[in-house]
Amino acid sequence: MTDNILKIRNLRIEAISGAVLVDDVSLELRPGEVLGLIGEGGAGKSTIGLASMAYARAGCKITGGTVEIEGQNIRAISADGRRKVRGEHIAYVAQSAAASFNPAYRIIDQICEMPVLHGQMNKTDARAWAIELFRALDLPNPEKFGERYPHQVSGGQLQRAMAAMAMSCKPEILVFDEPTTALDVTTQIEVLALIKKLIREFHTAALYISHDLAVVAQVADRIMVLRGGKTVEIGETAQVLHEPKTDYARALVAERKAADKISTHRAVAHENAILTVSDAVGLYESFVAVKNVSISVARGETVAVVGESGSGKSSLARLIVGLLPRSSGSVKFDGQELSPALKDRPRDQLRRIQLIYQQPDVALNPRQTIGEIIGRPVEFYFKKSPAEVAERVRSLLNQVGLPEDYAKRLSTALSGGQKQRICIARALAAEPDIIICDEPTSALDQLVADEILKLLGRLQEELGVAYLFITHDLGIVRRISHRTAVMLRGELIADGPTAEVFALPFHPYTERLLSSVPELRIDWLDEVLTKRKAEA
Amino acid sequence: MRILGHKPSLSAWIGILIVGAFIAAAIFAPFIAPFTESEKVAKTWSPPTSEFLLGADNIGRDLFSRMVYGARTTIGVALATTILSFIIGLSLGLWAAVGGKLVDQVLSRFVDVMLSIPLLVFALIILSMFGSSIPTLIITIAILDSTRVFRLSRAVAMNLVVLEYVEAARLRGEGLWWIMRREVLPNAMPPMISEFGLRFCFNFLFVAGLSFLGLGIQPPLADWGGMVRDNGKAISFGLLAPLWPAMAIAAMTVGVNLVVDWILSINARPSGASAEM
Repeated sequence: MTDNILKIRNLRIEAISGAVLVDDVSLELRPGEVLGLIGEGGAGKSTIGLASMAYARAGCKITGGTVEIEGQNIRAISADGRRKVRGEHIAYVAQSAAASFNPAYRIIDQICEMPVLHGQMNKTDARAWAIELFRALDLPNPEKFGERYPHQVSGGQLQRAMAAMAMSCKPEILVFDEPTTALDVTTQIEVLALIKKLIREFHTAALYISHDLAVVAQVADRIMVLRGGKTVEIGETAQVLHEPKTDYARALVAERKAADKISTHRAVAHENAILTVSDAVGLYESFVAVKNVSISVARGETVAVVGESGSGKSSLARLIVGLLPRSSGSVKFDGQELSPALKDRPRDQLRRIQLIYQQPDVALNPRQTIGEIIGRPVEFYFKKSPAEVAERVRSLLNQVGLPEDYAKRLSTALSGGQKQRICIARALAAEPDIIICDEPTSALDQLVADEILKLLGRLQEELGVAYLFITHDLGIVRRISHRTAVMLRGELIADGPTAEVFALPFHPYTERLLSSVPELRIDWLDEVLTKRKAEA
Repeated sequence: MRILGHKPSLSAWIGILIVGAFIAAAIFAPFIAPFTESEKVAKTWSPPTSEFLLGADNIGRDLFSRMVYGARTTIGVALATTILSFIIGLSLGLWAAVGGKLVDQVLSRFVDVMLSIPLLVFALIILSMFGSSIPTLIITIAILDSTRVFRLSRAVAMNLVVLEYVEAARLRGEGLWWIMRREVLPNAMPPMISEFGLRFCFNFLFVAGLSFLGLGIQPPLADWGGMVRDNGKAISFGLLAPLWPAMAIAAMTVGVNLVVDWILSINARPSGASAEM
């Protein structure tokens, strides 16, 4: 048995406000081993990842425990000593590559900086090594790739370049902090495969942080489940997936598994369309964001629009509500033509189409009380007296499952899920016929997102409201939508009842999209890659 | 002790004491000052005695009493100017941010023109045209100063109007006035409050400067800038008379700045809650 290369003992991290972020966490890593850290937002995953380099973000402080790298407690040594360890022995790959590269320097210069600074190589050797890493990471034209600037390459390529940067000093340990979360599913699978290959090829130990159990299952040997800064469970990957010991881990696994199935919906007649978009074209300056899209939503129906980033799905939503001017085509609402510009629409039309945003944090005015936020549409559209408004706010809060006394509070202190409930209540306050949901759950944790989806489903049954549900998450689509439309580069490439869109024969892109969604099986990644290789 | 829910630092305390003392002097001037601001009670430039704490000025008025009344005019005029300047600048700034491209272009280019003319020259021209009564003084400085307030409030509001809660209000069909007043203004307040302190300092110095040039507050009203000018010659006789009002101007400026620095640091302080976990 070899020695542990990274050993964290009784780690405790506090915020300056005094809140305990990480409480008594211990872990160890053998050479070449990958430990997956999994948990929801606020579980302390990233904080632990950074603490493994004895680093704490502004506002946080490591207040207890030891961090040993190759037998040396790096918390006890000087800042200079720590700087030597970081990069040489342990390196970090952040979630957002775009925010981690300096836009003013060429990629290769940023990658060569570290080995030269650490005195490991001279500049020529560092460049040669960087090019070799580019090749190992399958980057196009490896000799020339590094000459480009960060904004000249795609998100997936930049994320790979960041992995190359982390590998530039050949560290024994890598910390991956959600390296694929910001990427589209079809890009995620490529990056994931390359990270896996890189770790194996160089026999590097790694901490792999993610909120997606299925992603972690592909790369990790062991999994540690975290919640509220505490270790819930740690074990071999197969054991955590198949026989989780704790209730919380069981809930996570069950929730993730549910996403892989198509649920059976009660049928909704697709006649009686409330919203009909035909041949709509939407332009940003001269860029065509929405190309001749036709789609319709019936009363009480959920239509999902899926696609990757840049596919025009959000632009379609903005075109319908009137924020993106449409240059041709028509949008009919309840038989009436909607004016292309927002300011020309009568108040009653505005009332009947509501929008829910992706980021509940910025969708709620931080200086208004929840009562004001929810009450305003009631007052504005229905001209109710203050007492009637207060009454309606109470019933709306009940409807979305929040306590009535929240009306007097500000939204700032609430969690993401509660904020999204308030956004839903605000939309309902207008008594709309259709709610356009623009990725309403993608900023939320899995279990919270699930609650929101259930709430939306219940409200649809009670009130008969229709949803146009914009999302990149196929798991959600399969669970909630009656009909599904797939968008690619501004065009609608498939549209029909969900079961049909997700059944053979597929559009090739639909198939690619579907097969890229990580499944909760340890060998899923290898299987898909082998299958794709065989097809090619 | 906590003020506005925060604990002032030592330098903030010094600032609060200085500003508080001057404001108290301004409010309670008739009770504090032993004489009125215009009566002649001693010989020109008499030295300080127990009766005339700081001595007398160029025409024999009690300097201490004039300092106390001077606080009233100088701070009062500067405060009125800053408030008026903020009412104009803030509402136009928000309107430019919310009202669309055309409104923004017209207002911004007009302000650019105003900004291209040196402040002091502009003020001198207007004051020599209309004469310098206190209302003209306040309106002139306020209009000139509001161009600076406009620039900041527009920039702050521009960052707010792209947020989704403002978009949600637009989608609801709310009018401009509601969006400016209820959605944008409350969120623009923190930076604007610290800016208010800074602009107050500038205006205060500007009023004192204009008075020093003879175009500001007119005699017999006491004001610190004018007092420096009136007693300026005393310095060549080795007398301290012009230094007292000059020191008051300096102390007030430093005091307000210390308070503003503290307010700014509250806004900029990293809190545990904003650190990502």
